[in-house]
Amino acid sequence: MPTTGAKDDAGRSLPSWVWALPPVAVLAVVFLYPLALVVRESLAPGAYADVLGSESFRDALVTTVWLAVASTAGCLVLGFVLAVVIAFVPFPGAKAVSKFIDVFLSFPSFLITLALLFLYGTVGMANGLWTDATGDATGPFRFLSTPWGVLLAEITYFTPFVMRPLLAAFSQLETAQLEVASSLGARPLRIVRQVILPEALPALAAGGSLVLVMCLNEFGIVLFTGAKGVTTLPMLVYGKAILESDYAAACVVAVVNVALSVGLYVLYRGVSRRAGA
Amino acid sequence: MLVHSRTGRWTAWAGFAVLFVPLFALPLLVIVAASFSTHWSGAFPSGPTTAHYTAAVRGESLQALTTSLVTAVTASVVALTVGTWAALAAAALRKRGRRVLDALFMLPVAVPSVVVGLAVLVAFSQPPVLLNGTRWIVILAHTVLVTAFAYQSVSAALLRLDPMYEQAAASLGARPAYVLLRVKLPLLLPSLNAAAGLCFALSMGELSATMMLYPPDWTPLPVLIFTATDRGSLFTGSALAVVLMTATLLALLAVSRIRTKASYR
Repeated sequence: MPTTGAKDDAGRSLPSWVWALPPVAVLAVVFLYPLALVVRESLAPGAYADVLGSESFRDALVTTVWLAVASTAGCLVLGFVLAVVIAFVPFPGAKAVSKFIDVFLSFPSFLITLALLFLYGTVGMANGLWTDATGDATGPFRFLSTPWGVLLAEITYFTPFVMRPLLAAFSQLETAQLEVASSLGARPLRIVRQVILPEALPALAAGGSLVLVMCLNEFGIVLFTGAKGVTTLPMLVYGKAILESDYAAACVVAVVNVALSVGLYVLYRGVSRRAGA
Repeated sequence: MLVHSRTGRWTAWAGFAVLFVPLFALPLLVIVAASFSTHWSGAFPSGPTTAHYTAAVRGESLQALTTSLVTAVTASVVALTVGTWAALAAAALRKRGRRVLDALFMLPVAVPSVVVGLAVLVAFSQPPVLLNGTRWIVILAHTVLVTAFAYQSVSAALLRLDPMYEQAAASLGARPAYVLLRVKLPLLLPSLNAAAGLCFALSMGELSATMMLYPPDWTPLPVLIFTATDRGSLFTGSALAVVLMTATLLALLAVSRIRTKASYR
């Protein structure tokens, strides 16, 4: 295998880039070539004009972007608050909570939507509590099939992705800084603002941009809400390709979606490299 | 310690509980509760039953579980092999080559899974390779999706690896292949295990790409959960979801046990 410095082997051993060829060839066949075909298919005459001019595409683009931005903002705020409590106001069981978060990350996203159906669905726990308490026939919670339901599910599912890098960053924070600040009379909220927040910024930036990309690409959560009113770009790709068998249009939407998320992902890699994460 | 006063501390904990319990603990609990019940019209589920589970380990559902397990194991093994090979090859390259390989192998993370599904569907529904309608197209798509994570974990582990060990082995006259098999791979074993667990869990829960290309005779568990909830059988769906979560957790637990054994080396 690839060793660069074995001089006595120089005659027989291959240059190290040769060893990189087999996996790259596999990747090219199963991923790069299919992706190139999607781009080629999208170039069918008139496909771009049709799709980009259509109302449904513009709606989906706007919905996708605002849902992703709002979810990311929600995850950042919620993740920061929860991580600060776990790291700096530790309680018995805080370790178990961070274990739980790791497990949470290994479950698929659509489970959250399924759970929300039981919590806030038309016959769920929240509406059940309301009807039991007031005697009304139906409860007031009907947001699940609207974009707000998707937003709640995405914030729930993606917050742990922000908390993990934050907890890692907090574990390296010098606690003496906090002690000094508080012995000088700083109130906890001021310490959070002036000591903890600046330290957390790189981790927040890295976690936030990862969550932004994942929200742009999220499919399971939107599919499970079954809402006709909420169409995101991945849903549009699925609808065009599988439900309408319009592959050229699906490929156009796919190219736009890839451009959007790969662009953001490149940004994320830059940010996280600078953050050292 | 950030908050010194007792009331302040309790306020922080209460705030934490108010946010954490309904958002993160409750969803998993209601799925488990729903899987054991037949109705949910009031505040709490009613009509306790285990019928959903007896149905979940039979016929179609059992087949979906084995389908998911076979897909996840195959995809993880192939992804680990390709990902580890690529990570080892990248580590031996100079800076620019390594960045190219990093970019290539991390690309599937950034591309939406639905698009990966579409791309695989478009490419393998036409000659030279026809896979559409077979189980292999599902396994192939899962492999593409998880290879990036295998590559990422292994190359992160390679960065942390102390080069002293392989230099010592090489200076004692060990051939490159011997260094790889007897020194590098054993040292990487814990991270390979962690990567295997990650790949397995991701593939078990994969829905987006699978929805684009599953054939009728190769229906993984997430697709079955979706079709169940889509036709309104929420309780059957949640029993299947509990089966999915349990299978994933058991596999992760098994993998973490191997890891503790390997770390004694």
